[in-house]
Amino acid sequence: MSTPKLRIEHVTKRFPVRGTKDTFTALDDIGIDLADGEFLVLVGPSGCGKSTLLDLLGGLSEPTSGRILLDGRPVCGPGLDRGIVFQQYALLPWRTARANIEFGLEAKGIPKRERRALAEHYLELVGLHGFGDRYPHELSGGMKQRVAIARSLAFDPGVLLMDEPFAALDAQTRESLQDELLRIWRETGKTILFITHGIDEAVYLGQRVAILTSRPGRIKTIVDVDIDRTVDDVRSSEAFRVLRHDIWSLLHSEVARAHDLELATATKEVQHVQH
Amino acid sequence: MSSTSATLTKPRPATLPEPAVTAVPAPAPEPGLGHRIGASAWHLARPAVAIVAFLALWETAPRIGLVDEVFLPPFTTVLGAFFDLVGNGRLVDHLAASLSRALVGFAVAVAIAVPLGVAIGWYKPVADLLNPILEVFRNTAALALLPVFILILGIGETSKVALVIYACTFPILLNTISGVRTVDPLLVKSARSLGLPAHRLFQKVVLPAAVPTIFTGIRMAAASSILVLIAAEMVGAKAGLGYLITASQLNFQIPDMYAGIIAISLVGLVFNGILVTIEGRLSRWRSDR
Repeated sequence: MSTPKLRIEHVTKRFPVRGTKDTFTALDDIGIDLADGEFLVLVGPSGCGKSTLLDLLGGLSEPTSGRILLDGRPVCGPGLDRGIVFQQYALLPWRTARANIEFGLEAKGIPKRERRALAEHYLELVGLHGFGDRYPHELSGGMKQRVAIARSLAFDPGVLLMDEPFAALDAQTRESLQDELLRIWRETGKTILFITHGIDEAVYLGQRVAILTSRPGRIKTIVDVDIDRTVDDVRSSEAFRVLRHDIWSLLHSEVARAHDLELATATKEVQHVQH
Repeated sequence: MSSTSATLTKPRPATLPEPAVTAVPAPAPEPGLGHRIGASAWHLARPAVAIVAFLALWETAPRIGLVDEVFLPPFTTVLGAFFDLVGNGRLVDHLAASLSRALVGFAVAVAIAVPLGVAIGWYKPVADLLNPILEVFRNTAALALLPVFILILGIGETSKVALVIYACTFPILLNTISGVRTVDPLLVKSARSLGLPAHRLFQKVVLPAAVPTIFTGIRMAAASSILVLIAAEMVGAKAGLGYLITASQLNFQIPDMYAGIIAISLVGLVFNGILVTIEGRLSRWRSDR
């Protein structure tokens, strides 16, 4: 078997708890392999350490133990071999859509004329042809996220990491962007790791869906999504509903557990105050 | 008939928030030529109404004996004195003296305060170290230090320019610090994830994001530069608009005194207007303008 594109190998991340000698385990022994060109979705309840994992993958922090390999080489520090799409777009408000897409290309040291052509190409890819001169505040939420996706694709990273990218959008925009993302994925053949808390979104987008537990974040199961996406309205097909329900059941116990844990912590604090 | 109803529902420009001094070209309303001319005339005239009313009051109050004409000459008399001062070149001399002090002091303050503010804002330990002393200086009125500056630097140009530098530095410094420190952390994180080295991150993300806040400080500094300079010139100087005002008062050339005051207002308006224009250019991307 060939080496996976992205390998997360026994990754554990602990944080010191302020004021005590205890540590808080955010991620516990996470292991996932992403094949080249694969679309994998991570879904989990709140507190499952999604953001922590993304920081590790982005090279913004380091795992306590374990390692992350990209094309067989360990990840150390941030770099242009990974592109991150954030929920809140993270566009530079003083740059036009085009200049925002060029931002990563500047970091890569690509000459100006080539930057311009690439930006134009990716504007077109995300369906924003003719919007290059708009400032972010002149674009809708969905368009901003398209710019953000174009920006991350433009510098041609090995993997695209997406952190709940459609969570801030309205339902209709989200659905159309999900379709757009699938189309872009097919056109570019990128390896995508997509983080979400939406089960529908996970089943709709992913080839595989990894379910995380909360506190600490562990991989509970990885589900293969094997549904026919060529039919109209995939979401109401039998196969989709069955898978959705399976993942819901797996996740539901986790959500309940996370809720109980939160309640227990809160109650403990209340008792603490009362005594 | 449709024209009447359309005129009634025409958007009311009066609700738009606009600076009082700039005349904004009227949007092209569709119907009724008479209404259209009336509307654009009103649009052009509106900012001037309050000013004209004020000048009319100034003109009439001394003439009908509400105030003593000797102490408050009518506006037209003052205007005459103003043009006499322009004509004989005295106003230009005083203006040049004041402006050169203000501009030198202001420029030096920008050159000191922006880099210093950036350093303080960017390196948190520096900020923690310097913040208390900055608070002390900031809350010490610059004019209170005028005697100190005169004692140390003498009565010449140096003490006045130094005072302007001092007064301008704090608004710029404090706004630069807060501008640099309040940059959206997500933007910094996103840029860091691209592997941008620190100086690039700074040049491409932090500085542009801080520009609007820095500029607010620069405008505040411009206002205070004129304020402290005039005060300093009133206390000890042989030229300058502040000197013109006190000297005219002492020689009982009251119209000249008012002419000097008008010159100061005009300088302030022009100064602010230029900075507002530059600021607009630099922050065209902001949604709130």
